[in-house]
Amino acid sequence: MIESHLPAYIALTFLLFSVLIPAFGLWRNELSQPLAVIGSGLAAGFSIYGFFTYLQLGSIRYFFGGWEPPIGIEFVYDGLSGFFVLVINTVAFFVILHSHHIAKKEFPGKEMPYYALAMLMMLGFNGMILTGDLFNLYVFLEIASLAGYAIIAIGDKQAPYAAFRYLIIGTAGGTLYLLGVGFLYTITGTLNIIDMTAMLPQFAGSTAVVAALILMIVGIGVKAALFPMHGWLPDSYTYASSSSTALIAPIGTKVAAYILFRIILWLFGVELTDAVVPFTYIIGVLACIGILYGSIMAIAQTEMKRMLAYSSVSQIGYIIMGLSLANPWGFAGALLHVLNHAVMKAALFMISGQLRLKEGHSNISLFDDTYRKKYPWTMAAFTVAAISMVGLPPLAGFFSKWYLALGTIDNSNWLFLAVILISSLLNAVYFFRILENVYMMKPDKGQKEASDAKRNEVSGSMLWPTSILAVSLIVIGFANAVIVGVLLNIFPM
Amino acid sequence: MADFFLGHYAYWFTIILLCIGLYGILFKKNLIKKTIGLAILQISVVLYFVSVASKWDATVPVLDPNIPVDQVANYLNPLPHTLMLTAIVVGVATLGVAFTLLIAVYNRYETLDEEELIDKIQ
Repeated sequence: MIESHLPAYIALTFLLFSVLIPAFGLWRNELSQPLAVIGSGLAAGFSIYGFFTYLQLGSIRYFFGGWEPPIGIEFVYDGLSGFFVLVINTVAFFVILHSHHIAKKEFPGKEMPYYALAMLMMLGFNGMILTGDLFNLYVFLEIASLAGYAIIAIGDKQAPYAAFRYLIIGTAGGTLYLLGVGFLYTITGTLNIIDMTAMLPQFAGSTAVVAALILMIVGIGVKAALFPMHGWLPDSYTYASSSSTALIAPIGTKVAAYILFRIILWLFGVELTDAVVPFTYIIGVLACIGILYGSIMAIAQTEMKRMLAYSSVSQIGYIIMGLSLANPWGFAGALLHVLNHAVMKAALFMISGQLRLKEGHSNISLFDDTYRKKYPWTMAAFTVAAISMVGLPPLAGFFSKWYLALGTIDNSNWLFLAVILISSLLNAVYFFRILENVYMMKPDKGQKEASDAKRNEVSGSMLWPTSILAVSLIVIGFANAVIVGVLLNIFPM
Repeated sequence: MADFFLGHYAYWFTIILLCIGLYGILFKKNLIKKTIGLAILQISVVLYFVSVASKWDATVPVLDPNIPVDQVANYLNPLPHTLMLTAIVVGVATLGVAFTLLIAVYNRYETLDEEELIDKIQ
């Protein structure tokens, strides 16, 4: 019984808790964070259960009010949406569990609105992934974005301006997407994705379809920070509070990437997408430029959060590149990278939050080997995540790049293969720079008083989530064959 | 050719509005004007949907006993209008968030001019 309602439960849990948190938070402000942990934990539990149900029973279509599409609206819980929901809800659970002390320090007294907004944002993201209706997707996109703008605006002095720039670019992108939906609606007369998939091949080569495709790719590309449209990302991620960045960075761009997967591989299909102009190749080249640009800009940064933000631009490129390859290995590599990057980026942003909490800064040039003595477990987790980011074999990051590389070889696409290899080297440059500081650099003589470093590890509520994410990178690395086996079954062609 | 322009005049107005909105977003220096540009951009898409739904010689989508229900050409399509009600609400909410952020920006930097703001931030 519960199985057939699961898609609705996942989204409704967040909606319920976004109402419960203000209700209880006005009474006792300190109840907000535990409630948010319970809410995201429940949703993560539903997602895990749902994914195993999917593996046994196949996909679930949930019709709201019993009205069957195309008249009614529906949630579709198939392999792709189940996988994405599983990833984002699990990561969000750990980030919210971790955020207790950071929220207390960085925006004291404002926990209640923050966690209520976080729940609303997660509702939007889950709705975007689960919905089977293009217009509902727009509405959920705007729910997630509006909550996201507000969450980014909580932070440093520059944060509201960064959030405003994101709002202007993001809303313009959303509006272009809506215009694209309008074009598709006028030619097919339906908004349901499954319904429209069946009808679109009749209109192959129609200019309206091509225009709709361009508008949708540009609109969603803004949200995904695809290369020329990434301008909002570094400032937003740098100036937002550490817990906000840790929540948005691993999740937000992935959900936009999911929509690109859904539009290009499912709704249009690769043949229709490439019928007039080779769009998959174009976005692949843009992704390559983004990978190299993000890596090079990351090397130039001295602020750890800003470096990680540029690294996000480069990592989202891998995912889009896997999409543009449109073969099973590239697809599996991209989805595995969604999982890996969500875990790695969450861990790294959480660690930068811990350093900001304890040291008051996260400036790489000030790191030295007292950090290793003061925060042994934090730095161990950082090392695991950083090495995984670079892509050394036993860890998860290696395998997603490996499958992406297999995909480029399958397509004989040597340009993309070269970009993957060069970018791994660039990743090594900017992460080993930090590791070198932390493990080898002796502290300056002038700061002698700082060097009698005592163990000053962060408290368990922050250390455990970080450590679990770091250990899970090793587990994902060893279990990669199982995960990829599942992912290859999801591939639509 | 003239028919092509005159026959689609509603769409041409929509395109002009879209361009005005994009111009406002890209080139205006004042953040309030940028927000107004954003609103114009959203409204152009709303008008596009509404003009798509219009039909000559059709009535409101309420069942009329004199017109059989299977003659769909006699009824307007209500769906784009309902979609746009939602889109208008989204637009209003976006403007609300935008102005809230602008108030926060103004309280911190005491300017809403983009160039001055970038100077003050650096």
